[in-house]
Amino acid sequence: MSDHDHDHHDHAHDDGSQLPEIALRVKALESILVEKGYLDPAAIDVIAETYETKVGPRNGARVVAKAWSDPAYLGRLRADATAAIAELGFTGRQGEHMRIVENTKQRHNLVVCTLCSCYPWSVLGLPPVWYKAAPYRSKAVIDPRGVLADFGVALPKETEIRVWDSTAELRYLVVPVRPSGTEDWSEERLADLVTRDSMIGTGLALVPGAAA
Amino acid sequence: MNGAQDLGGMMGFGPVIAEKNEPVFHADWEKRALGVTLCSSALGLWNIDSGRHARETLHPADYLSSSYYEIWAKGLFKLLAAQGLVSPAELEAGRSLVAPRATPRPALKAADVPARLAGGGPADRPLDRAPRFAVGDRVRTRNMNPTGHTRLPRYARGKLGVIEHRQGSYVFPDTNAHGKGEDPQWIYSVVFKSTELWGAESDPTLSVAIDCWEPYLEPA
Repeated sequence: MSDHDHDHHDHAHDDGSQLPEIALRVKALESILVEKGYLDPAAIDVIAETYETKVGPRNGARVVAKAWSDPAYLGRLRADATAAIAELGFTGRQGEHMRIVENTKQRHNLVVCTLCSCYPWSVLGLPPVWYKAAPYRSKAVIDPRGVLADFGVALPKETEIRVWDSTAELRYLVVPVRPSGTEDWSEERLADLVTRDSMIGTGLALVPGAAA
Repeated sequence: MNGAQDLGGMMGFGPVIAEKNEPVFHADWEKRALGVTLCSSALGLWNIDSGRHARETLHPADYLSSSYYEIWAKGLFKLLAAQGLVSPAELEAGRSLVAPRATPRPALKAADVPARLAGGGPADRPLDRAPRFAVGDRVRTRNMNPTGHTRLPRYARGKLGVIEHRQGSYVFPDTNAHGKGEDPQWIYSVVFKSTELWGAESDPTLSVAIDCWEPYLEPA
């Protein structure tokens, strides 16, 4: 698992005409599972479509924008994040037990799973490749500033860094610092500033004018 | 177990490289690998902890040279073989060679997927004994090296920390992964200073929080 990890599994052959070994084995497995009555192949399509079109970081961005805008909602997130996030309709797999961790000028939070790939699916969708790969999982707990540098983020040297290693079934959502100059913004506009990486802690919220 | 999955603090893997505009799946087989994994676990023959253990028992060289969906697929092959659902011979042949076995739950139907994903699999369980530790208590993690599944990473064993939060009571993976029951335990958010984990020269602004089940902890 090195820095060419993103593409090595897609290109087993130079001409791209053949599938990699693992793809063939997964395909064989799927047909056997169907043949034996263990699998409805249409269920796979529904699962994939869910995470391609319905459940992704827009969910988390809505939670963060509301937390920035509504002090009562932030209070509920602090007290019971799972319930407060469910108010917006975001529940379920890999989001059963949620906690928020709030960035401030004094403290920056970063979330990792050193042991596997635990990630808050209900609010961020499926994790990106780098989150699951060895460079991030190995480095985040010992050299988080180095990880941040890999993402082009430099924090003041006195800022405390708190890393959350997701060893149990608790899932962590970072609430980034609200950018200044957004005091009169609607939740909808604010949500556009909240990137996936800012909710993992490998990024910061976008500043006004930089939103895509 | 001290397997290749336990990566915290290792060095030499190079920088973290994020892909711009990364797609949710990089190839169709990744979708299928995710799908067959979730659908197979829905048959009710193993749990999330035994699933993780199947992945971490891959040979370390295999684990470290596989993409994450490959790790999932290889873990799934092992689980399916161990439960008599799909044998290695069947996988090799690409077709069924023996009659299907009974499963606790039927195949997950497409129509039932949304409810299943929205419901998830909560791991909290009631526990009728009081937690041993309180917020603010100093604790030391056990120095242990079990050959089975555990969720106490190597870098945090035998270390001094402070209880910052009580998380509630949850299924204990160390037993649940091995068919020895859920044995619910209290979980604590334990905070460790970087100097405790990584030595006097480490960045003093760093602290690491780990969710620890009560049996991982001793008073300090």
